[in-house]
Parts: sequence; structure tokens; C-alpha cells
Amino acid sequence: MYRYDEYDQQIVDERVAQFRDQTRRFLAGELSEDEFRPLRLMNGLYLQRHAPMLRVAIPYGLLSAGQLRMLAEVADKYDKGYAHFSTRQNIQYNWPRLESVPDLLADLATVQMHAIQTSGNCIRNVTSDHFAGIAADEIEDPRPYCEIIRQWSTLHPEFSYLPRKFKIAVSGAENDRAAVQVHDIGLYLVRDDGGAVGFKVIVGGGLGRTPYIGTCIRPFLEKQHLLSYLEAILRIYNRFGRRDNIYKARLKILLNAMGAERFAEQVEAEWQCIRDSALRLEPAAIERMRSHFTMPDYAADAAADRTCDQAIAESKDFSNWYQRNVKPHKVSGYRAVYLSLKHPAIAPGDATSEQMRMIADLAEQYSLGEIRVTHDQNLLLAHVRQADLYPLWQVLKQQGLATANIGLLTDMICCPGLDYCSLANAGSIPIAKQINQRFDDLDYLHDIGEIQIKMSGCMNACGHHHVGHIGILGVNKKGEEFYQLTLGGSANQQASLGERLGPAIAREKVAETIADILQVYVEQREAEEPFLATYQRIGMAPFKARVYAAGAGTAREAAIR
Amino acid sequence: MEDQWQLIAGDGHDQRLPATDIIVPFAWWREQPAVLEEHPGKVAVYLNPDDEVALLAPLLADFPMIALNFPQFKDGRVYSQARMLRERYHYKGELRAVGEVLRDQLFYMQRCGFDAFQISADKDSRGAISGLDDFSLAYQAAADDSLPVYRAGRLL
Repeated sequence: MYRYDEYDQQIVDERVAQFRDQTRRFLAGELSEDEFRPLRLMNGLYLQRHAPMLRVAIPYGLLSAGQLRMLAEVADKYDKGYAHFSTRQNIQYNWPRLESVPDLLADLATVQMHAIQTSGNCIRNVTSDHFAGIAADEIEDPRPYCEIIRQWSTLHPEFSYLPRKFKIAVSGAENDRAAVQVHDIGLYLVRDDGGAVGFKVIVGGGLGRTPYIGTCIRPFLEKQHLLSYLEAILRIYNRFGRRDNIYKARLKILLNAMGAERFAEQVEAEWQCIRDSALRLEPAAIERMRSHFTMPDYAADAAADRTCDQAIAESKDFSNWYQRNVKPHKVSGYRAVYLSLKHPAIAPGDATSEQMRMIADLAEQYSLGEIRVTHDQNLLLAHVRQADLYPLWQVLKQQGLATANIGLLTDMICCPGLDYCSLANAGSIPIAKQINQRFDDLDYLHDIGEIQIKMSGCMNACGHHHVGHIGILGVNKKGEEFYQLTLGGSANQQASLGERLGPAIAREKVAETIADILQVYVEQREAEEPFLATYQRIGMAPFKARVYAAGAGTAREAAIR
Repeated sequence: MEDQWQLIAGDGHDQRLPATDIIVPFAWWREQPAVLEEHPGKVAVYLNPDDEVALLAPLLADFPMIALNFPQFKDGRVYSQARMLRERYHYKGELRAVGEVLRDQLFYMQRCGFDAFQISADKDSRGAISGLDDFSLAYQAAADDSLPVYRAGRLL
């Protein structure tokens, strides 16, 4: 993985010093709340309901064991011994005191971490595929480009006061595991007809109040032009994006108002002026960055192991976990192992400091000292020898990290909701709990198979509900919490936005309503057909009919009309 | 630091101009340059964030200085205007930041090509100037430096 050199370290250290002084001036009354707000947000710090929330960047989801240990230490020293992994591969602390944040950041800087641009109207942490570098369907490893983008966008003098936040994701694989098309800029590494690798550029995706799937404005961009093209897009957005209404300020709104064709023309014209500037990436520069992400030394005899097959045959528990949580690796004899942060008793995405330390140890013992954060709020050990799977599973089980539910119903994406977030209209963690209680039969979950539930406690859509196979949006009507369900969303390469099922559902009926929806699926599915495919084939009507049928088992009368 | 320039706010109409050097809105200057021709002092212009920089480009030599106005410190359009003036239109004269000009944005302003800063009147301007030194290096090329650290033999 990428390691800081003296320059990276100096920039992060200087940002800590700058923020320390900004915090001091705010506390001394020299900076007003309005003046301080964008400065602290650009350093990931929110002031809200219970205490500040600090979001720490995990660039493209990659962590070393040492970094994870520091995240655990920070959780103990400045917080309440746990933290929350977010849908953008970051980590959030919910209780640090403003006065202590500069010290917290100084601690993070000792392990090459920071909170730069994890919030605010600037270019946010670039996200990517958690299978980068190990996936068989990969055209090229996206991580070197992520790091190039990270450096270019860090403390960018022109693009730190954009109309609104700006998110970039990069995927190098045929299957999109990074929700690329719902980002302001989504980049796919693709091959052109001649076999050269470059970028397909998609812009204007985003969730929130007005969800959009992005539009391709350039099917193939040569690698050397990556930064100049990004800069052209950002400049057009910075100059012409709306600043009069924060709900209409994202790139997606500008794109929609201008029309994709005109937007693309403007970008093209701007790009022609800067494409041969200092932003051009020379091949040697790209190679140099790629050398930070080389293949590790894998054991040549890893595939010779027979113990794994034996354990699968002997233990149903292990076999279940293996089927669900262990994924292929492009090197024979190796696997990628999901650590599920979706234990039924825990808020989705949360981990304790004890778990983090244990995971850091396991990563060193079994996975080349590296941990990855996935955008669906789990962790991944990406380089595990198959011979190590059984002993690894035994430890994970003790730590509550072996719930065999990856990709299943209870592997929900969930925002912090009303319990922690000042923006939320409704709880999301209690609904996750309700769903976990209702669907506690693992055999049933396996039978239902691949299904993504995504849940947000307000229309800002941090829980990506628009792109859940089943999306759940918390709304507040006259002081009561209701939940708006959508069906058929997807964030993969065939991205789609979910459609509304009908009137919002009363809080206590959410899990029962999901049970009704699943019943329709079970009745109507063909052979191995997953939920999303059945929905696409039969449409909304049968689901709607079941859920809102007069006199049906669940109390639809509680639904608002 | 005090200097002789006085900023004329609003659209300039019906205003009695002070007999000093003045900075007037670009839109007003375009509308009625005749009034300004009689002005005893020097005349410079300032752009608002929604003014098109390209319109000023052919006239750069006409002004002793150009100012860009930050109606709010959060208005990021001004940074693009500054870079375009410097990098696209090769403006070499004084480029002054006016309006809500605060310490914590000075580093970025300098990087985008500003070389004069009229710090907001209610702030300690001497203290604010130290904001120019918040960082001693930068990742990306900008108006102040087309050879940032990583181009000088590191990344690019």
C-alpha cells in the first residue's frame, strides 16, 4: 500500500498545526461560528446532537494493521471505545470533545492518517473497489489512480470552496463494487478497441433528495489526461454550480439544468486549454505510483492445502461462513475474507476498540498486515491462505465478527440515524435491530439469498436507500416516525434507482412489511433467480398488492395516506 | 497596511467619487467609462464572482491593478477567476483580493494568483497575513507554482 514520504507527512503535520490554531482562535472568540464552520467541516468535524462527530479518512478503504491499532487507541482515548465505519470507507467517532480534536489529529498523523476533506464543500475522500488488486475481473488496479487523485485533490487551492460536496469513485473491474455511478465523478478503467487502458468518465451521479444515476460524458480518456480532465470538470462546476440553494448545488443539478451534452462541451472546451499543462501524467509518473501497489509475495504452494476442504466437510457452521463470507482471490490458494460488522446485536458498521485490535493482529498473522473497509460497512482481509481459513474463523467467531451474512438480508447498510445524527428525521439503528430480530433464522436468510437492504434516517441518503434492492427511508410526520420503502434500486454497473412501494409504513411494521415482500419473491422466483431479478421481471404491482391489501396481516391501517 | 485605493461599492451610479484612486465595479466601468475618464485619480476595476473573466481579458493592459471581490469568503468562484486571469490570460499586474478576505483563506488565494489582500476591516490584518505561511509546500500546480513538489522529481 501507499506509504507517505517526507512531503506527505509534512503536509499532514502542517494541517494539524493549522487546525490547532484555528480551533484555538475559535475558542478564543477570534473566529465566529460562521467562519469556523467550513474550516472544521473541511477537517471532518461536525458539531451536533450529543457531541462533535469526527470523520477520519481511510483513503480508498485501505488500512495497515498499525493504522487500525491507532484507530482503536483513538476510540479509547478520545471516545467511548468504539467507532463506526461509513459507506464511504471512512470511520466516524461520535464523542470527541472539540478541545481534544487537535491532539487526536496529531496522534493520527503519526500513522499517516488525517481527517482532511472528509466533510465540507470540497473534494471528499476518493473511494474504490475493496477487491482492488485481487479481483479476477479486474482490468487494472484502480488504487494508483486513487492515490494520484487523493494527492491532487488534497488542499486544492481552487476547489476548496465548491458549491457543495464533491465525491469521486474509481473502479478497475468489470463488476462495480464501488457504487461508481452514484458519485459526482465516477471513473471506470476500461480498454479501448486497440487494447489500451483508460477511463470511462461518468458525471453527475448522486443520492440525497434528488437522486441521479451518473451520465457518461467521455467513453474513453487516456490515462495521461486524468488530472487535467478532472480539473476541467471541477472548474466548470465551481464556476457555474448553483450557490443560492444547498439542495440544488450538487453537480447533478447543474448537469441536469445544462443538459449533459452542453456540460460535456464546456468541459471539453476548458480541458483543451489545460490538457497540456503541468497536470499531464507522464507514463513514468504512473509507473512510479503503481510501484506502491505491487502484488505481494504469495506462497507458491498455498493451493496444495487440503485442510480447508476437510473443515468444510466436517463443520456446517464453518461451511456456512465459508459460503457467505469468503470470496475468491485471483491467486490460487488465497481467499478474501469478509469480517461482518453486521452482528445482530450491534449497530451496522460499528466496531469496538477490542475488535479493532484483534483484527489488526489477525491481519498481521493472516493477511499481510492489511485491512480494507468496504462501502457496505464491513471489513475485508484480502490475502488469506486457504489453510488459514479455519483457524481465522475460530477467532472471528469469538469476536462476533463471523456472522455468516455477507450479501444477505441482514447485511444492511445503515446510517447512524436519529440516535447520533442531527440531520436525521427518524431512527435507523432501531429498525436494523427490528429486522435482525424478525429474521434471525439463518437458513431462511440463505434461502432468500443475495439481497441488499439500505436504510437512511433522512433524505440526505447517507444509507444509500435509493440504490438498495429494498430501500428504507425514515420520514417524520407530525412527530411520528414512518418509513418509506422503495424496491429495485442497485448501485452496480447496471445502476438503478428504487421505485416507491406506496405510502410510508409505521415504525413497528417495517420488518413485517419486508416479510410480505419476501413472501411474494419466494412465490414468484424462478430457479436461482435473486430478488432483484425477480423484481425486474415481475415489476412493482405484485409487491404493492400484497403489502397494501385490505385486511392483510400487517397493520396497513397504520400507514399514512 | 493603508494604501490610496478606495473601493466603490454597488453599481457606482449617483455616487460622489472621492478624489483618490478608485476601484470600481467592472460592469459599471463598461457601462460608462466617460465619467471615469475625468476622474483625477487612477481607476482600477473589480470583478464580482458572476462576472465573466474573458470580457476583461482583452483590457488587462488598461488597468493599473485588478481586484476580485469575495462577497462572502465561501464564494469559491473567485479562485477560478484568479487562476484564469493569471494562467489563461497571463495577467502580470497586481491582483487584489477584496471583500470578505480572511486569514484562513489567504494561503489558497496566494496559490491562485493573488498578490495583494485587503483584509476585512474588523480583523487584525497583521495577524491575518501569517495565514500565507500555513503550508510550506503543496501537491498540485496552481498559479503560483507550476512545479509543485511531486512534479519536481517525485510523482510527475
